[in-house]
Amino acid sequence: MNPDQALPPLLSLRGIVKRFGGFVANDHIDLDIAQGEAHALVGENGAGKSTLVKIIYGVLAPTEGTIAIDGEQVRLNSPEAARARGIGMVFQHFSLFDNLTVAENVALVLPRRESLAGLRARIAEVSRRYRMPLEPDRDVWSLSAGERQRIEIARCLLQDPRLVILDEPTSVLTPQEAYGLFETLDALKAEGRSLLYISHKLEEVQRLCERATILRLGRKVASCDPRQESPRSLAALMVGAQIAEIRPAAHAKGEVRLRVDALSAEAETLHGVDLAHVSLSVRGGEILGVAGVAGNGQAELFELLSGERTVERAETIIIGGAALGRGGVTARRLHGAAFVPEERNGHAAAPDFSLAQNVVLSRHATGGVVRRGLVRYERARELAQEIASAFDVRKTGPDPAARTLSGGNLQKFVVGREILGEPKVLIVNQPTWGVDAAASAAIRQALVDLAARGAAVLLISQDLDELFEICDSIAVIHDGRLSAPLDAHAATREEIGLLMTGATGGQQEDLHAH
Amino acid sequence: MRIDLEPRPARSLAVDVAAPILALAAAILIGGVVVWLLGKSPTRAFSVYFVEPLLEGWSLQELAVKACPLALIAIGLSYCFRANLWNIGAEGQFVMGGLLGGWLAVATHNGAMQGALGGWWIMPAMLALGVIGGALYALVPALLRVWLGVSEILTSLMLVYVAELALDYVARGPLRDPKGFNFPQSVTFDDVARLPFLAEGERLHLGVLFALVALAVSAFVFARTLFGFEVRLVGEAPRAARFAGFSDKRLTLAVFAISGALAGLAGIAEVAGQIGQLQPKISPGYGFTAIIVAFLGRLSPFGILVASLVLALTYIGGEAAQVALKLPNDMTRAFQGVLLMCVLMADVATRYRVRIRLGAAP
Amino acid sequence: MSPAILELVLVTVVASSIPLVIAALGELVTERAGVLNLGVEGMMIMGAALGFAAAYTTGSTIVGALAGVAAGIAMAALFGLLTVALAINQVAAGLALTIFGVGLSGLLGAGFVGLKRDGAPQLNIPGLSDLPFAGKLIFGHDAFVYLAFALVASVAYWLTRTRSGLAMRAIGDNHESAHALGLPVRRTRFLAVLFGGACAGLAGAYLSLAYTPFWAPGMTAGRGWIALALVVFASWRPWRVVLGALLFGGATVLQLHAQAASLGLPGQLLSAAPYLATIVSLMALSIGVRRNGAAPAALGQAFIPPR
Repeated sequence: MNPDQALPPLLSLRGIVKRFGGFVANDHIDLDIAQGEAHALVGENGAGKSTLVKIIYGVLAPTEGTIAIDGEQVRLNSPEAARARGIGMVFQHFSLFDNLTVAENVALVLPRRESLAGLRARIAEVSRRYRMPLEPDRDVWSLSAGERQRIEIARCLLQDPRLVILDEPTSVLTPQEAYGLFETLDALKAEGRSLLYISHKLEEVQRLCERATILRLGRKVASCDPRQESPRSLAALMVGAQIAEIRPAAHAKGEVRLRVDALSAEAETLHGVDLAHVSLSVRGGEILGVAGVAGNGQAELFELLSGERTVERAETIIIGGAALGRGGVTARRLHGAAFVPEERNGHAAAPDFSLAQNVVLSRHATGGVVRRGLVRYERARELAQEIASAFDVRKTGPDPAARTLSGGNLQKFVVGREILGEPKVLIVNQPTWGVDAAASAAIRQALVDLAARGAAVLLISQDLDELFEICDSIAVIHDGRLSAPLDAHAATREEIGLLMTGATGGQQEDLHAH
Repeated sequence: MRIDLEPRPARSLAVDVAAPILALAAAILIGGVVVWLLGKSPTRAFSVYFVEPLLEGWSLQELAVKACPLALIAIGLSYCFRANLWNIGAEGQFVMGGLLGGWLAVATHNGAMQGALGGWWIMPAMLALGVIGGALYALVPALLRVWLGVSEILTSLMLVYVAELALDYVARGPLRDPKGFNFPQSVTFDDVARLPFLAEGERLHLGVLFALVALAVSAFVFARTLFGFEVRLVGEAPRAARFAGFSDKRLTLAVFAISGALAGLAGIAEVAGQIGQLQPKISPGYGFTAIIVAFLGRLSPFGILVASLVLALTYIGGEAAQVALKLPNDMTRAFQGVLLMCVLMADVATRYRVRIRLGAAP
Repeated sequence: MSPAILELVLVTVVASSIPLVIAALGELVTERAGVLNLGVEGMMIMGAALGFAAAYTTGSTIVGALAGVAAGIAMAALFGLLTVALAINQVAAGLALTIFGVGLSGLLGAGFVGLKRDGAPQLNIPGLSDLPFAGKLIFGHDAFVYLAFALVASVAYWLTRTRSGLAMRAIGDNHESAHALGLPVRRTRFLAVLFGGACAGLAGAYLSLAYTPFWAPGMTAGRGWIALALVVFASWRPWRVVLGALLFGGATVLQLHAQAASLGLPGQLLSAAPYLATIVSLMALSIGVRRNGAAPAALGQAFIPPR
């Protein structure tokens, strides 16, 4: 397979170990990438992929093991050293600076001798060669996720790298933007550059890569040619156990439990999104999905629906028949609503608080844990234990701090905390972001079951697979506007993807009419 | 050289208790070196500062009298600091409490305004005015933060200077004793306007009791009430507090009002208990020292009780050292600064394992 | 008011704004790197005490100024150790630094209270300084004034036009990203803190060497805090610091003239004017501006590199 067996691999890792305190993120990992090879690094959340590439890019130092480039052993103690060796990286959560311009962002990583004056011309050149439109003088905060990623890639390519690392590059893109990205990556391969492509989306891996290394729980479990495998066999390698399929429960649609009428709000934060005329309604037993690329108003929508921000007109938001636009979080909870925000640490839960205290956090008005201004911590501890048992939350000790739980377990805890209260309306934002497959499946199942018991569920997610898997209908949010909902069983990914790019802006009124 | 911080997996009570004690020991050691550099005997200084005040009855009482304002202010500040709000203007709130309460004492001097009522209401009214004065003065930076997003740090500090100048003005101007030979001070308060002493002929006044009550109530508030939970949550995770349905604006106003009220109470207790008249200056920096007390006490009521006694000791020891060793009073201030730094460093050690690596970065 | 008197007033306005310009400029650089140092007052007064002590002992204003700078840097290094290396809360550490500095300066300066020496000489350029009206205003100051303006110009240029200035702004905007790209977050921040200390020390030395010129305990009288407010007022832009400092300098001079003219207002009220003006200017700034719009995004947040 290797065109020239005599040549040593471009990059060769041997016995890489990375420990964080007692936790082993990478456990004796070997990896070879040949010149011109497109290599996939596959594994689910928490498998150790990001840690490994940070070691290759010099951001983290390995605890043990060696790295060789062209057969020569090297120490990569900084990203600068890695770049000097021809390694470039496109980060998953972009390593961009919001308040600097595109050109300034690029200038930061170029070698010191490079003049800033010639930079503009070189950005234009890369932009043309790989068909990636870029505006050097724009401030980064004003750009979309796709545009931001293009800066990352351009910044990487300007250093003429031999190996380009891409960490989950399509997770923030619309399907159409992802096609554009693949064209760029094909061009890179044609130039003889190597790729290290990190993903848990198996179709992408099969489309792009000829080798794949599969990680599970920090260990390398297999190495294969992904084109010879089926998505099912790859998934089995990745997860190690069969993940239960979601059982869609048949449920009758009830009355409307959540209605939002022409919700508009100006952004509160500096780089936030204005919401314009968002209307939706969710009936009991229904799961409505809100698709969209990150940063198109999902955070604002969640804040306004949860009551963290209120609106002037009470009738704008109706929960269980009560006009609660002016009501705060507690008022909405008292009317049967519950919420799960996107960020676990510091939003849904306070990391340094114990689980019992985190129960008090969102259930102080509805969980019977507060009486006459006094907190009943014994009751809160019981409730925390109930949640842990019902949702299989693995924890150390009877009532540990929230931060000691893994991402998946903490997410199960915060979802369980809300669902055990049997809400009539549940609004969740990105419930399975960064959560392992088993926990994701459990959370989705819990949402489906809650809807089957008659609750209205609004699911905000960037994961189209998730939305198609459990939603009855899907609306798309783009630049603060929400499309009319499409029937999830009839709609295609392409349709949704087109709406995610904002292609059909004026359709909402038409669809509402009928 | 580089310093690495590795989070400790769990906090241990032993480390939590040992840290402030070690910090105090380190600060005393540094202070000793400074005293030695100034050409004085460190052991003699240690004895003057930290031992001798503990050996005599009167200075023990003095200790409690000085610890009283420190504890009152610090327990109030602990509400703000737990909520991650930086009220550093307690000194101004202390002065305003003393000024407003003291005004009533001057206004009712020699039976004025008392009529048939008698003087029994004056002391409670003075205390109320002290509390209100401190609380309202603290609400200024709080309101500016809530309404306009102005940093409470700078405004609360600026208001200290304003309060000090205001007190200076009234003590030299409108409230000066007309028969006081032009001394810049008010009349000596009547007995009805003096805080009662706990025992005849002693120095301990009722303010000490106020401090103990404030500490006990606060211990209950933090341990058991939803409000205490709210304060801590806002400080630890502000977004989670919003999600919990707590209003950060309301809480900001509440904790500033509480800390201002307690600082104001300390101020009027000092004026009506300790000093007995209005003077251009009524505080040797209690409001700032209380910040150190709050941190040394790790924001816990019991810790603050102990820490207020420790810092009160530095005041009394400092006064004694001025006489016995000719050490300037600034020594006390410098020592307090060093102590706060040591406390902050010790706090790091409770949360992280600190590793120092010499040589170039790996 | 005759032009000659107006010129004199304006010259004093410039003189009284210079310590604010220098201290605020240093703090601006520190904050642009993402560090909030509330110890400006403490560093400044140490600069004033040691600057005067050194100048009095050696008889040299330059040695005094350098001693002031060194004192500021030493204090800042302590602050950098606490906040940058040990990731201690910056507000608390800054307060500690100020309390410590005020106390230590009193201790070290005790032997110099009441001593007098000549102020820094004015750079009189024959011909130019005698020009009507503008002569004294532009050419009649001491070296500190020109140094201050040179510093502002250099910092403004460095921040926007050089790669290291760009790197520092990036670090103040997002330290996680900066670290991921391999920018030296902690080293840059430490250096920025030291620069802030050097400036604060110089500003303090200006007070005791040129402005008053003598040493008195507590002589900075809150100027360090006003400098902190000026950085906010200036929206973290160097030239706006100059503008703000001139406004404050003007207010201070006006207050002095008002006291001299005995308008019947209590002196304390006039003395409180700069502090009240600071509060009002912070309020005015926040009206109309989106909350913290101009502040470096990572300001005040400690960074612990994952390793």
